[in-house]
This record gives sequence, structure tokens and C-alpha cells, in this order.
Amino acid sequence: MYGNDFAGPDAGSDGGLLGQVEAAEAALRAAALRGRVEGDPAALQDYFDAVIAADQKIEPRDWMPDAYRRGLVRQIAQHAHSEIIGMQPEGSWITRAPSLKRKAILLAKVQDEAGHGLYLYAAAETLGVSRAELVDMLLDGRQKYSSIFNYPTLTWADIGAIGWLVDGAAIVNQVPLCRCSYGPYARAMIRICKEESFHQRQGYEILHTLSRGTQAQHEMAQDAVDRWWYPSLAMFGPPDTDSTHSAQSMAWKIKRFSNDDLRQRFVDMCVQQAGVLGLRIPDPGLRWNEERQAHDFTAPDYDELMRVIKGDGPCNEERMAHRRRAHSEGAWVREAAAAYAAKQQEVVPA
Amino acid sequence: MSGEPLFEVFVRPRRGLSHTHVGSLHAPDAAMALRNARDVYTRREEGVSIWVVPATAITASSPDEKDAFFDPAADKVYRHPTFYDVPDGAKHL
Repeated sequence: MYGNDFAGPDAGSDGGLLGQVEAAEAALRAAALRGRVEGDPAALQDYFDAVIAADQKIEPRDWMPDAYRRGLVRQIAQHAHSEIIGMQPEGSWITRAPSLKRKAILLAKVQDEAGHGLYLYAAAETLGVSRAELVDMLLDGRQKYSSIFNYPTLTWADIGAIGWLVDGAAIVNQVPLCRCSYGPYARAMIRICKEESFHQRQGYEILHTLSRGTQAQHEMAQDAVDRWWYPSLAMFGPPDTDSTHSAQSMAWKIKRFSNDDLRQRFVDMCVQQAGVLGLRIPDPGLRWNEERQAHDFTAPDYDELMRVIKGDGPCNEERMAHRRRAHSEGAWVREAAAAYAAKQQEVVPA
Repeated sequence: MSGEPLFEVFVRPRRGLSHTHVGSLHAPDAAMALRNARDVYTRREEGVSIWVVPATAITASSPDEKDAFFDPAADKVYRHPTFYDVPDGAKHL
């Protein structure tokens, strides 16, 4: 069943996040049905601009400005890397999940993250970059992944907080990407967002269960929310005044809303959801602002965000070492599969 | 991985619908590509049938030649039933 049934009226009268994903999917189909864009494809830049202006999608073999291509490769690759590295903090709890049911769910969720990484690598490859290059750029640090995954998962409640806050922030960030002007990215994001909503709900359910459990369980849930709140707010990136890529991204309809707008949307949604959980958002400055019709809140520590992005977070080294090890220890599997495929080719059919 | 060929993946969502392109993946051979496609693209019963096709086996038209390639179709409006005047009184046309 789709529909974000734990998002209160604060989330808007749009039927929740999944409603927005479905609206984006409908818009994609509607734009396609409006027929071909007027103009001469040979007038490259003009035709590209006309397609963007008509809210239609740019597809892999279309001409596109170099900066558009480069920007998309950077963004999609970073997103793919985040999904792959994002398996680690949660994967570490698979063997320690408190019940078989929770373990099966967590396994399915971590498998989804791998799938999301693969959808995104596939989308990036349509821009002319190879998978092997992308993997290399992650492994040698030339490309980044989301700084949120450099924080440790200390207790089981962290799995709940990641689902609710981290996946919640990711969804708020990603739902507008379902309307991105680059077709393969938009289509991948539609798939991803539909699956992410299961992730967010499983986390919310874990916290809800813990919050209503023993005193110790309630405190564990609160502690997890206390630690994950500000890193989750930082996931929306630097404030608009410092954001380097935003304006061009918006003009090209890659990005649809500013970092600060999305952060505000996320805070407004979480307040009501925290109330249902019976947990406190760790911000003494949090209050409703009648004039703005939005919550005032304390901004995350952007200096800390920059430090973590630059490599100085609690788990940066561990995450990268683990990924490099997994890649090199998996080499024999890739080699064996390649050898088998080669051998099959040699067998001449009778 | 660097040497693994790219496969395009097509899924038939339900009986009665045609296979639709859903994405791509790398695999050492077609059999592995099919298994991987099942895991990557049909974790939630999104399909009842999967095709994997080596990307190198696909010959694609180029967007640059869009006019020359597709425009003759626009000249032949008589290919559409709406081109014809149906006389009053003629039924079942």
C-alpha cells in the first residue's frame, strides 16, 4: 500500500510524499504525450533549451551542454556511492537484529540500498562514463558520498533513527528529483522513492515500538534521535547562501528546490511525527512561527558538515577501508565469473 | 568488473503487456545477467518475464538525424484514418 500515512497535515495537502512521486510519474508521461518539441535538433543549444522549457526529458543520445553532462555525472555518481556506502552502518546490525522478523526486514532494506546504487550507476553510465571509472573514483576518494554515513550506528535504535530521519531526509531531497530533466535519472528516482518509503516506515516503526517499551528502550530511542537529528539536517547541504551548484542546477531543472527550502520542509514534517512517537527533537530553539507558517529551528553545524565531507568524520576511514576491502576480496569472484563466461564461449555448439 | 559487458534489461510487467526497458547492468555473461536482473529489477514482483540484451547488440537511431529519419512519416497524413471524409450515412467505418 502506498501513501505516507504517518505524515500529518503539515506535510501538505498533496497526499504525502508518495503522492508526489506518483504525480511526478504522471507528469513524465504527460510531458511525453504532448508530442515532439518544435524546433530543429540540429540547432543544438536552442533545441536543448526548448526541450527543457517544455518540461520534457533529455535522453542519453541527445546533445547536451558539457557542464550539464558533467554536473549530472557528479551528482548521480555521488548519489550511487552513497547508496553503496550506506549499506555499511545498517549492515552492521543484521546479525544483531532483535528478532528474526526485524532481521529479515533489515536484510531486505540493505539489499534495496544495493539495488538503488545499481539503478543510479546505470543512469550515470548513460552519460558516457563507465562503471569501472565510477567505482575507481569512489575507491580512490576522487568522488564523495553523503557525509551522513560517516556516523556510527551505536545501538539498535540507530537503525530506527536512520530509517525515520536519514531516509526521511533522503526522500524529501529525492522526491523533487523524480522531475529532473534528465530522463534516466528521473526514472531511477521514481523507482527509488517508491522503495524508500518502506525504509522510512520500518525505521519509524522501530522507534515507535522502542518508545513505548521499557524506560531503557525509550531512552535508547531518544538517544538515537538526539544523535541523528543534526546530521540529518546537514544532509540537505550547505545553506543557500553558500551553495555552489544550485542556480545552474535549478535553471536546467535538475534541482527543483533550494537546500534551505527542503530542510524547512523536513523539519516541519518531523515535528508532528516526533509527537506521535513520543520522542523529543533535540532543539531548544524549535518553535512554530505563526508569521512564516513554519517552524523556526537551530541550523546544523555546517563547519562540522565540511569537516566530515573533507574526511574527518567519526567513520570516514572505516567506511572507505571496508569498501576497498570488499572490492578487492570480491575480485576472485569477478575473475572466476569472467573465466567461466570465456569458457562457455569456446564451447562450439554441435 | 571493468571487462564485464553491459546488458540492457527489459521486463514484461504483466501478461498482456509488452516488455519495457527498465535499465541496464553489468554481468560476465547472459545467464548471470538474467539472474542479476531478477535481483535488481524485480524485487517486488515488477515482472513476469525478463529479457537481457547485450548493449552492443543494439543498433540505435541517432537523435541528430531525427528530421531525415522520421519526418517522411509526417508527410503522409493519408496513413491516418482521420484524413478521409466519410460520406453521410455510411456506417461501421
